[in-house]
Amino acid sequence: MTATAKESLPNVDTAKKLGLLPEEFDKIKSILGRTPNFTELSIYSVMWSEHCSYKNSILWLKTLPKDGPHMLAKAGEENAGLVDIGGGLGCAFKIESHNHPSALEPYQGAATGVGGINRDIFTMGARPIAQLNSLRFGDLKLDKTKWLMKGVVKGIGDYGNAFGIPTVGGEVFFDECYNTNPLVNAMSAGIVKAGETASAISYGAGNPVFIVGSSTGKDGIHGATFASADITKDSAKDLPAVQVGDPFQEKLLLEASLEVIKTGAVIGMQDMGAAGITCSTSEMSAKGEHGMNIWLDKVPTRQANMQPFEILLSESQERMLIVVKKGMEKEVEKVFEKWDLNCVLIGEVTTGNRLRYFMHEELVADVPGDTLVLGGGAPVYKREFKEPASFSESKKFKIESIEEPKDLKVVSRFLLAHPNIASKRWVYNQYDSMVGTVNMSTNAPSDAAIVHIKGTDKALALKIDCNARYVNADPEIGCAIAVSEAARNITCSGGEPSAITNCLNFGNPYNPEVYWQFVGAIKGMSAACIKFKTPVTGGNVSFYNQSSFEGPVFPTPTIGMLGILDDKENQMTLGFKNEGDFIYMIGDSKNCIASSEYLYSYHKFKNSPAPYFNLDEEYAAHQAVKAVIRLKLINSAHDVSDGGLFVALAECSFVSGLGFEVNSDKTIRADAFLFGEAQGRIIVSVRKEDEVKLVDELKKHEVRFSKLGFIRGKEMLVDGESFGSVKEAREVYDHSLEEILEN
Amino acid sequence: MKFGVVVFPGSNCDQDMIYVLRNILKQEVVELWHKDHNLHNADFIVLPGGFSYGDYLRSGAIARFSPIMSEVMEFADKGGYLFGVCNGFQILCEAGLVPGALLRNTELKFSCKNVFIKAENKDTLLTSAVPKNKALRIPIAHGEGSYFADAAVLRKMNENGQILFRYCEENGQVTPESNPNGSLENIAGVCNDRKNVFGMMPHPERASDSVLHNSDGLLIFNSLLSLVTS
Repeated sequence: MTATAKESLPNVDTAKKLGLLPEEFDKIKSILGRTPNFTELSIYSVMWSEHCSYKNSILWLKTLPKDGPHMLAKAGEENAGLVDIGGGLGCAFKIESHNHPSALEPYQGAATGVGGINRDIFTMGARPIAQLNSLRFGDLKLDKTKWLMKGVVKGIGDYGNAFGIPTVGGEVFFDECYNTNPLVNAMSAGIVKAGETASAISYGAGNPVFIVGSSTGKDGIHGATFASADITKDSAKDLPAVQVGDPFQEKLLLEASLEVIKTGAVIGMQDMGAAGITCSTSEMSAKGEHGMNIWLDKVPTRQANMQPFEILLSESQERMLIVVKKGMEKEVEKVFEKWDLNCVLIGEVTTGNRLRYFMHEELVADVPGDTLVLGGGAPVYKREFKEPASFSESKKFKIESIEEPKDLKVVSRFLLAHPNIASKRWVYNQYDSMVGTVNMSTNAPSDAAIVHIKGTDKALALKIDCNARYVNADPEIGCAIAVSEAARNITCSGGEPSAITNCLNFGNPYNPEVYWQFVGAIKGMSAACIKFKTPVTGGNVSFYNQSSFEGPVFPTPTIGMLGILDDKENQMTLGFKNEGDFIYMIGDSKNCIASSEYLYSYHKFKNSPAPYFNLDEEYAAHQAVKAVIRLKLINSAHDVSDGGLFVALAECSFVSGLGFEVNSDKTIRADAFLFGEAQGRIIVSVRKEDEVKLVDELKKHEVRFSKLGFIRGKEMLVDGESFGSVKEAREVYDHSLEEILEN
Repeated sequence: MKFGVVVFPGSNCDQDMIYVLRNILKQEVVELWHKDHNLHNADFIVLPGGFSYGDYLRSGAIARFSPIMSEVMEFADKGGYLFGVCNGFQILCEAGLVPGALLRNTELKFSCKNVFIKAENKDTLLTSAVPKNKALRIPIAHGEGSYFADAAVLRKMNENGQILFRYCEENGQVTPESNPNGSLENIAGVCNDRKNVFGMMPHPERASDSVLHNSDGLLIFNSLLSLVTS
């Protein structure tokens, strides 16, 4: 019996409804040598969706630097990148988006994003030890934005807290470009001993294939296809495409998965995320160059009478596919029985490349597995791109066109209260940041999160970063800044930047101006990653972040960076420590306010170039800071970023309550000195007795630096003028976000 | 002393507790699996934090019925020492091993942050080594931690010295502002009338490793260890 026997065959219109292009429908027909049935067409539609196939991005992704001295698994080889951190340990880490589901159902959308990224880590055999997230919402004055934000934060909290892995860092950014399409990017990092990793592979004809974890329901069907289209007013009808999360099952699945790997019975394992059983069976089979027979009627389902395509495409959460060594089934079943999880034999590995799916002994789909996947038969497109007119227009910006405000104290308050700068504690207090007892930053805050690796002297430094306003101004420079800022934060915390994962959130790739942003971002990322020797270990691409009525979001290539502290004693913190310590700035003040929060939000001037940035100077500054931390010459280090120097100094003061007295650089405008966001700057504080040594060391590194002033009292003084007390400024900074959200 | 730490499905602070007891305090620890009926001769039983059985019903409501709990309750009934932290405290309340109940936080949100607590007296095993009037910095992480008991029960508990800890300011003052979850009388931890069963919402095991720059929780664990030295 052939797979096409009983039903009327779909045509090109059905293919289009499933999100395929007419030429893709033709390609499927030529691969199969016949017209696919509906089940087969559904399989191709999800596997060839943008979300699974990377068909519009892969050509450019291939240009990113992927190799480094410490890579154990490179981008695309496994579910996540794997970095050798020494001592026989590896770190698996990855970031992923859950933007479209979160736009419709913020609570479940965000929760399942957390679930999915953690499964990517523990399916490799690594135990997650830290989570981060990067969130973008629209105008916070809108009720809809508040609803989205509250739902997303609660979703991340409820899932992550119950799962029991600390959320140690993140960022939240607001701009009206995200009104309809918020961005929810979740990152996880895990630790695995060398030799205990699992691979997403299938081989060995006759080996049994198990599905483990939750039962399969109708949630998330065509989720990957849904994620590969613009959001329209009708998108709410796609609600069944959003999955529902169960962190309790995930916790059990984590423990059982790590335990089952230790039995030695596992050939390969892959979690079921996008495109569910379809994706896991095809990717594992293609990688191991084998086929599979899968009996869909054996899959435990949540409801009766599910159709074959529904079982194949379901994105029900908390499931894994495991290929087991024949004869060792009992060992595997025993582990899942202990954890009260499903563990059901649903198929076997075959020779050849065919994936054959059966329902009650009837063959319902028969496709060559390798034709479904990226790097195999999935389409690859070269897209056109075009520089938008606004880009050259923005370069004409002159600081002189902006009148300097008379009272800069008012500006300072405006910025400290601005949701993009104010404390995000309303958000992060809802996340368990301390479970696991590894978060070394709770009581000693630094620019990046420092996470102890128990049983060793090592720690990870983790950072998630992207100022999308800069990327919107200049994709290439903006993305290079995102990488640089992440590296700067890790260096300021005492870590050594090691590798990155990226989450590339862009609009519709068929819009040449959007694609120009994408290409620029990739180029900027490459340049910076090469400079910092931080290869790209993987990540994901999320296109179609735009609504039919509001256009694309800011190009937002979120960077998740992993750094290592070989000796956790090198942890450096950002807070001012002692009255009388001198404050120095490494890097140079510039007469630049381009793309600053100050220019964009206070003056509401929106089309300016990226701020001052020089990759070589940036790198040199990092090396200098690294050296003075290792030499134990400084008491604190904090980078200058959003809100400029004033905000950075205030943040140093907020930790301890100690104030500062600094003098401005009279060669530039006062607003540029205080609020400009020129890159490559780091504030350090130094004991009086170490000042000479610090200066000598900085000179050795040939970096620009200046003495700003010293730590004193409880007030913030600039050129002798008070910008208020630390305590009062901190009240504003701490409570601004909750006041907007709760009122 | 041999500690037994119960592992429920969904426990997620079990390993943190074990780490402190075994690696920092150098005590013998045995994991007690929820499906078993064996306490492995432990001298002291701990119910750790987490989301036992997912806590989709009231926190701790299912765990109190798990197989191991019949032995745990018998152990406590015979005067054995039992300590529940966070979800463990919730389970103790559900099982009726300590008085009161833990309601949703008044702000209706999960809350994870450092708070300060103060020991009420030094007359219980859990507080015996905690200096009076010293505010301990101990983290909380819960959505249902608002302690409640009716007025008569509260009065009796106060009279009987069953209040272990109250939330306070950094300077030790017990104020409404320092109450993170709406607990009656700022109560952060209590014990039963026989003073062998202890429950608290804050996590001392999260403040007991110098690597994390806060060791205030060790004062509580050192109190427990006084059993060994005495």
